Parts: sequence; C-alpha cells; structure tokens
Amino acid sequence: MRPFLVLICPVLLLLGLSYLLPFLGIMRLSFTDPVPGLAQYRTVAEDPLILSVIWRTLRICAIVTAVSVAAAYVVTLLWVRGRPLTRSIVELCIMIPFWISVLSRAFGWLSFLSNRGLLNTWLKDAGLIETSLQMTRNEFAIIVGMSHYLIPFAVFPLATAMRNLDERTLIAAEGMGASRLRIFWQVFLPMTASGILGATLLVFVFSVGFFVTPALLGGGQSVMVAELIYLWIFQTPKWGLAAAMSVILMLGVGSILVLLMRRYGRIAQ
Amino acid sequence: MTGTAQIEACSIDRKFGTFSALSGVSLSLGEGEFLSLLGPSGSGKSTFLSIIGGYDAPTSGKLLFEGRDITATPAKERGFGMVFQGYALFPHLTVAENIAFPLKVQKRPRAAIRDRVAEMVEMTGLSGHEKKKPAALSGGQQQRVALARALAYEPRVLLLDEPFSALDRNLRTQMQEELRRLHRDLGTTFVFVTHDQEEALALSSRIAIFNHGQLQQIGRPEEIYEAPANRFTAEFLGDINILTLDSAGGGICGTPIVLPGNAVPTGGHLAMRPEHMRLAAGSDGNQLPVRLRDRVYLGPKSRLMLETRGGEELMLYVENDALLPQLAAGSELHVAWDARHSFFL
Ligand SMILES: Nc1ncnc2c1ncn2[C@@H]1O[C@H](COP(=O)(O)OP(=O)(O)OP(=O)(O)O)[C@@H](O)[C@H]1O
Ligand SMILES: [Mg+2]
Repeated sequence: MRPFLVLICPVLLLLGLSYLLPFLGIMRLSFTDPVPGLAQYRTVAEDPLILSVIWRTLRICAIVTAVSVAAAYVVTLLWVRGRPLTRSIVELCIMIPFWISVLSRAFGWLSFLSNRGLLNTWLKDAGLIETSLQMTRNEFAIIVGMSHYLIPFAVFPLATAMRNLDERTLIAAEGMGASRLRIFWQVFLPMTASGILGATLLVFVFSVGFFVTPALLGGGQSVMVAELIYLWIFQTPKWGLAAAMSVILMLGVGSILVLLMRRYGRIAQ
Repeated sequence: MTGTAQIEACSIDRKFGTFSALSGVSLSLGEGEFLSLLGPSGSGKSTFLSIIGGYDAPTSGKLLFEGRDITATPAKERGFGMVFQGYALFPHLTVAENIAFPLKVQKRPRAAIRDRVAEMVEMTGLSGHEKKKPAALSGGQQQRVALARALAYEPRVLLLDEPFSALDRNLRTQMQEELRRLHRDLGTTFVFVTHDQEEALALSSRIAIFNHGQLQQIGRPEEIYEAPANRFTAEFLGDINILTLDSAGGGICGTPIVLPGNAVPTGGHLAMRPEHMRLAAGSDGNQLPVRLRDRVYLGPKSRLMLETRGGEELMLYVENDALLPQLAAGSELHVAWDARHSFFL
C-alpha cells in the first residue's frame, strides 16, 4: 500500500461513516417503507402535485442561479478590479452576510417586502402605488431571498478566475484598438468562463437543497422539494417517500454536475 | 541610418515614486531599423519599450513620431505592433481568431480579414495550426502567433519584449533567423528587447545598451563591441581583459607596453578582447608575463585563466591541439597583442 493511501485513510473513514452509511440507510428506506419495491418512486413520478413541486424547484433554482451569478459577476468585478476604496467597501459587503444567520436574513427580507413592510411603505409614500404589492409568500420573495444568500458563494470562484487572468491580454487587446465593450465581451468574459461555470454549479447545487429561506419567504404557498421532504418526515410520516425523493434529488444533482463538467470542462482548464 | 528619424526620444525620464526606472534617455531611430535594447535585468528596457508603445507614459521628456509629438497619444492611436513578454495570446481563441482580432477591431471586410489571416499564417509558418487554441501549441508556435497577430495590421513599428526568452537554444536560433527574414521582407522598424548579447549582435542594425535606467551607448553592433564607450558596455558585451596601467611610465607592472596611438598616459586602464590576444611566440609585439591559473576545456578550444604579476586576471582562448598538454596550472607564460587592438577605458 502506498504511503499516501494510509494518510488519507482517516478522511475516507470519516466520509464513509458520516455520509455513505446514512445514505445507504436512506436508499434502503426508499425501497422498503411502507411497501417493499418501487412504489415510492412510482408515486413521485406520477403524482401531479409532487411533479409540480419538482418543476417549481427546478425553475426557481435556475432563475436564482442566473440572478446570483450575474449579480456576483458585477460584485466580483468591483472587488477585483475596482479602485482601492471600492474594493474595501465591496469586500465588507461580501463578508458581512457570512456573519448573519440564514434565519435572520430571511426575516429581514420578510419585514422589508411584506405588505406593511418598508418597501411597500416607501412606494406608497412616494405615491408610486395605491395598494400594497404582494411581494412575500410567493416565488418572487423566494428568489430574492435565495439569491441574496447565494451571491457571496458565487463570488469566490469568479474572483479566482478574474485574478488568474493574464492582465497583459487585456493590455494587448486595448493596444490593438479594441473598445472597452469589445474587450469585456470578447476577451474578459470568455477568459473568466471557468469561474462562471464553477459559480453556476456551486450555486445551483446549493439552491436545490434550500430549506429555510423558501419555507419562510414562500409562506407555505410555494413549496420546494426540500420543504416537501421535511413535511413528509416531520408532519405526515411518509419516510419512504421522503427517502425516495432525497435519492432522486441527490442523483439528479449528481448527474447535472457530471453532464456540465463533461460539456464545459474543457473551458475550465 | 536614413536622413530623418522616424522615432525620436528626447530625455525620457520615468519615475516610480522616488525610484528612477529611466533617466534622460535620448535616442533617434530611422525607418526600417532593427534596434535592440540590451541590458541586465531591471535596467529599464521593458519600461522604455512600453513608453515607445504608449503602454506607459514618461514622467518627463518627449517622444516624437515622424516629427509629431506623440508623448500623450494612447497605444491604440499609435498603431504600433507589440509582442508582449509571455505573448499575451487570447487563450479562448484559435490561432486564426487570434490573428484576426486586431483586423476585426479595425472593422475590415470579412473576405479581407480571411485573406490577411491566411497570408500571416503562411508567412509565419503556422499552416495546419489555424484551428488550434494557444494551449495546444508549442512555445515556438505561440511565439509565431504573437508575431503574426502583431504584424497582421501592417504596423509601421513592431515592438518586441524578450520574445524568445522562453524558447530553448535551437528554437531560439531558428526564430532569430525568421525574425531577420521578416524584418528584411517587411521593412518595418523593429525595436527588440533582450538581455542576450549574442542575440542582439546577430540581429540588430543598432544596439542600445541600458544600465540602471540610463542609456550607456548606442551604435552599430561592431561599434559597440570594438569601441565600447565605457567600462560597463565593455564588460557587458562579450569578454574583455582590463589591465591597470602603471601610474608612471605607461607599462604594466613594470613591463613596458606599446600603447594605442603611441600615447603615453599615466595611470588608467587598458582593455583588449581575448580574441585579439595570443600566447607569445618568440619576440612578438607587446608581451606580458603571466601565470596560468586554470584551463577550461571547451571542445574546439580552451579558455585560459591567467594572472599578471600584479594579480590582475585576464583570459584568452587557444585552439586545442597537440601543443596544449604542456599547459599545466602554474606555468609561466607570456601573452602578446597588437597595440591597435587595445584601447583605454
Ligand atoms: N509598475 C512599476 N512600479 C514600480 N517599479 C517598477 C514598475 N515597473 C518597473 N519597475 C521598476 O523599474 C525598473 C526597470 O524595470 P523594467 O521592467 O523596465 O526592467 P527590464 O530591463 O525590462 O528587466 P527584465 O530584463 O528583468 O525584464 C525595475 O527596477 C523595476 O522594478
Ligand atoms: Mg523586461
């Protein structure tokens, strides 16, 4: 046995015990509870209500990913390439959210967006609206809350890509007379594609498993997969169904990852 | 050099804070010249090249192009070609797309771009590699792409910053040959940064020697090599033997010497290139007794490390032949040279 294998053994053991073992338990549950066989999976595949939840989850996660990565791109651009003062301010804005719990942030958005919340009050005071806009207990609120949570996570892969970029290619492009717009679209953006791919994967995978934010900001009106699993475990005991759903979620995310890596892995080099 | 200067630098200074990267650099450059900027690391070569290209601005001083003041003109309006240290190719674009980039910026018609790219690919020997990305190319091929991209829009001046520093020796020689050919065929003015003296001697029509941000000397390769203006240039370019003259009498360690131009100075230094010196046979011109310290075997020849009676080092090369085995360390020898080949420093 090679020495390095011995050295990484503890990690493998830890991962096996804390991750693989429970997952196998869930696998078993999904095929046995309450009836042995594929019944749980069939229910998931056939029940229109469940399918609509899955569809909504995918839709929200796709939108959240797009919004977060796009916003994070701008934030990272300011952080990596801004003036010193801009950089410090942006850096603070990226770091502060990490110190605030996901719960507080969801409540923050709730009080900001609710019918009698800050935003509606401002809009009314400004005379822009007559009656309150419904901005909570719907998908809009979920998307805002989740994107806000996920933007800082998207910043890091983007920052790495932007920092690794060879400054001289930009200088060269400028020297050849390219406009700033052309340099951005044809040089800077493609050269940071690996960061965009990384951020997209990270945010999407995170978002699919989101629980607290959708539960609070969706107010039970826009249930997503993770919340559904929670309901099946703690409120209507359907453990087998919950397990089947978890397995599907896990394999779904896994295969999306593999597919994207295959398709765009070349860019990431 | 032809009549009027194409590029003229007038006492260029460049300061980074209190540090002077360039001070008082003045030179003028004729159209179609091949000027090498040569000097040790950190001597300000790249800084000077960037200033010519418009990628950096002098703290004071003026830069003229065909008599016009272009000191404040940004790089893109100067329209000079530039090959960056490390090439700065676009990694996400193919060879053809890289070369086409500056042409697309100029909004040339599609067909014209295609033809020009094909021409450049042909000229730089990249046929068959058009569709590859830079990462799939060897160092020499990347170098060619950088050249092709910089030359694609027919710039009046091409600036190159150590373009061959990443290449191995054989490839380097080959690329130097190709660069000479390109320069001859195009008639473009080339300004070339290098810290390789052989490269500079082989390629340039003129060489500018830099040290500590100052221009030490500028001239044709043979001028600089044979008549260095100062000790730095003499020592930097090629090998040189420098001997201290006696303060009275003009000899070296008491041995009388014939000086160039029959001058009789008191003190100072006398310099000569090793290839102009030989081991003395009989009563042969200027002679100086020396002791052999070491012999370095170099294949066709050997380098002899010698020491005068005053303890000064000098060296010379001898052809390796049957004579040589007699030369053991510690031998007492005489070296000889022709007064015409020596000069004061
Ligand atoms: N942006 C900068 N800020 C501060 N100092 C700089 C900057 N650019 C260059 N210098 C300094 O100016 C001096 C000359 O630099 P330059 O790059 O012109 O050297 P060079 O002759 O090209 O050297 P090399 O052969 O190593 O490339 C160096 O001492 C360098 O540290
Ligand atoms: Mg340099």
